[in-house]
Amino acid sequence: MNPVVLDHITKTYENGKVLAASDVSFEVASGELFGLIGPDGAGKTSLFRILTTLLLPDKGNASVLGLDCNKDFEEIRRRIGYMPGRFSLYQDLTVKENLDFFATLFGSTLEENYSLIKDIYEQIKPFNNRRAGKLSGGMKQKLALCCALIHKPEVLFLDEPTTGVDVVSRKEFWDMLKTLKQQGITIVVSTPYMDEAMLCERIALIQTGKILTIDTPGKIIAAFPVPLYAVKAKDTYRLLTELRKRSEIASCFAFGDYVHITLKDNSNESQTDQLKQELIQAGHEQFEIKRIEPTIEDSFIQLMSQTYGR
Amino acid sequence: MKVLRYLLQKEFKQIFRDKTILAMMFAMPIIQLIILPLAMNFDVKSINLAVVDHDHSTYSMKLLNKINASGYFKLVAASPSFQDAIQYIEREKADVVLEIPMGFERNLVREGQQPLGISIDAINGTKAAIGGNYLLSVIGDFNQQIPINATGFKPMGVIDLTWSNWFNPLAEYKYYIVPAVLVLLLTLIGGFMAALNIVREKEVGTIEQINVTPITKLEFISGKLIPFWVVGMIVFTLGLTVAYIVYGIWPVGSFLTIYIFAGTYLVALLGFGLLVSTYTENQLQAMFVAFFFMMIFMLMSGLFTAVDSMPGWARVIANLTPVTHFIKVIRMVVLKGSGFADVKWEFLYLVLFACILNGWAVYNYRKTS
Repeated sequence: MNPVVLDHITKTYENGKVLAASDVSFEVASGELFGLIGPDGAGKTSLFRILTTLLLPDKGNASVLGLDCNKDFEEIRRRIGYMPGRFSLYQDLTVKENLDFFATLFGSTLEENYSLIKDIYEQIKPFNNRRAGKLSGGMKQKLALCCALIHKPEVLFLDEPTTGVDVVSRKEFWDMLKTLKQQGITIVVSTPYMDEAMLCERIALIQTGKILTIDTPGKIIAAFPVPLYAVKAKDTYRLLTELRKRSEIASCFAFGDYVHITLKDNSNESQTDQLKQELIQAGHEQFEIKRIEPTIEDSFIQLMSQTYGR
Repeated sequence: MKVLRYLLQKEFKQIFRDKTILAMMFAMPIIQLIILPLAMNFDVKSINLAVVDHDHSTYSMKLLNKINASGYFKLVAASPSFQDAIQYIEREKADVVLEIPMGFERNLVREGQQPLGISIDAINGTKAAIGGNYLLSVIGDFNQQIPINATGFKPMGVIDLTWSNWFNPLAEYKYYIVPAVLVLLLTLIGGFMAALNIVREKEVGTIEQINVTPITKLEFISGKLIPFWVVGMIVFTLGLTVAYIVYGIWPVGSFLTIYIFAGTYLVALLGFGLLVSTYTENQLQAMFVAFFFMMIFMLMSGLFTAVDSMPGWARVIANLTPVTHFIKVIRMVVLKGSGFADVKWEFLYLVLFACILNGWAVYNYRKTS
């Protein structure tokens, strides 16, 4: 049996008015690095809280390590590690005290599983006697990860571990996760950053409580149904508004300096030339159009429009 | 057991690291005990009196001299008319106006009776009532000494009253209030500190991390209650010491009884704090809810006013707070030396409160929402 199983989970808040998870089912294989990708408010944290036995679902069953999340929560808590999205360690205790404290709560010691956290802990060791509240964001993240790992969990749940962390620390963090994965720990991680999705083995795209798709990032991108074009002009905003008015455009989203578009009719390759001509005539300077490979973000937007008709 | 020990260790570390809280916890008992009993003094000493003497006779002079000599009154004005005198009350210059009508002496001697007018500013109820009573007793005394009464025919069998105040011979206010302030201290520590502490874990999010550990409900709650129980007992001891050093109040009854009660009471109050924390989400809410109940506890418990003088419904509420019972016991043991047998019912009440409040709180404290 897979270590993490969600079976038709539904969770609502405020008497059913707010939908956090709607009929969510997926499984995470042993030793997998699984990503839950979705924007803020998509329901990622609710799923984490259900899996870590902090929240009871309205409907459906969840199990971790073959144990039922409702009934065997005590056993689950002993065997999983959870790092909440918000820094949740004692800010008025030092780095060392926090580690010792959580080790003791799990009936363990810092020394017992030292090898597991060694690589990460070495980086914050110089600050052993500094209070956790006085650490930088990246340091806090490392300490929290150490605390979540201190009892050698079999499954690690990381809820938005890289939110609010600088680019370098984010990269370091993902490297650490890969090292942990090599030690056989199943990792479930959530993130709102689409670029991080590529670093996971399998991902679930989630939006307003619904799973849009679950697959490897590569397959999700490959499944992009139509050719995707990137359009650029000097006045991006004007380009965007004009493109949106055109009838042959199926979707159109701003993407940094570029505007990504798909066309309704993909049978005729020369359509893009015609589009180029017309827009240049309309006075767009430095106009440029090219076919590109979609990214996870394109896939996400495309799946979202498909599901919600936007 | 090891987990609990570590929890306690962590909790004490946190308490001793928060310098503000620490200072408050130990400065509070000392300052409250020194300031409150001195400030909250209901012995009314200087009542401002305005007099309207329409008679200007020997008798009226004698009466005024007597009032002045009592030491409780300060003559602020002698006005020609009542209208003039009442203005002193309106301007808060005087508390009482005494009006002696024309023909005071003549009527007293001839008719044997004469009404007097007293007007009292009742904005400050206590001062008005006590001032009025003082004035009445001085006038009554004067009445006795009027020659016609003093030397004249006296009906037989007059009952002469004389009294003494037991357990507080000089009826000093400090004996009444100091034991109550001791109770106040335990109440504040128990009711606020515990509630705010647990809610803070919710607010900061640390409870989320704690909740995914295998730690049990009982361990977590004991880990929270025991440190504050210890702190409360230390503060209480400090309070007893201050009461002795500053006021010379040394409990007449046994310390064992006092500590047994203080300990039980603190458990009940910590349970109350815990209960508040399970119903609130952040420190502001907890503070507000706890404060609301604390005010009721303070005002209705007999801390400042006697429970016996409350209307029936209020007495029921008063009896439903643990504070009332504890104040009663502390006063009995400290001033009167009551033994455990005298207060066993109060003890049962406190145990009951402790069980109900803690039981409810533990029941309501959930690790999963």
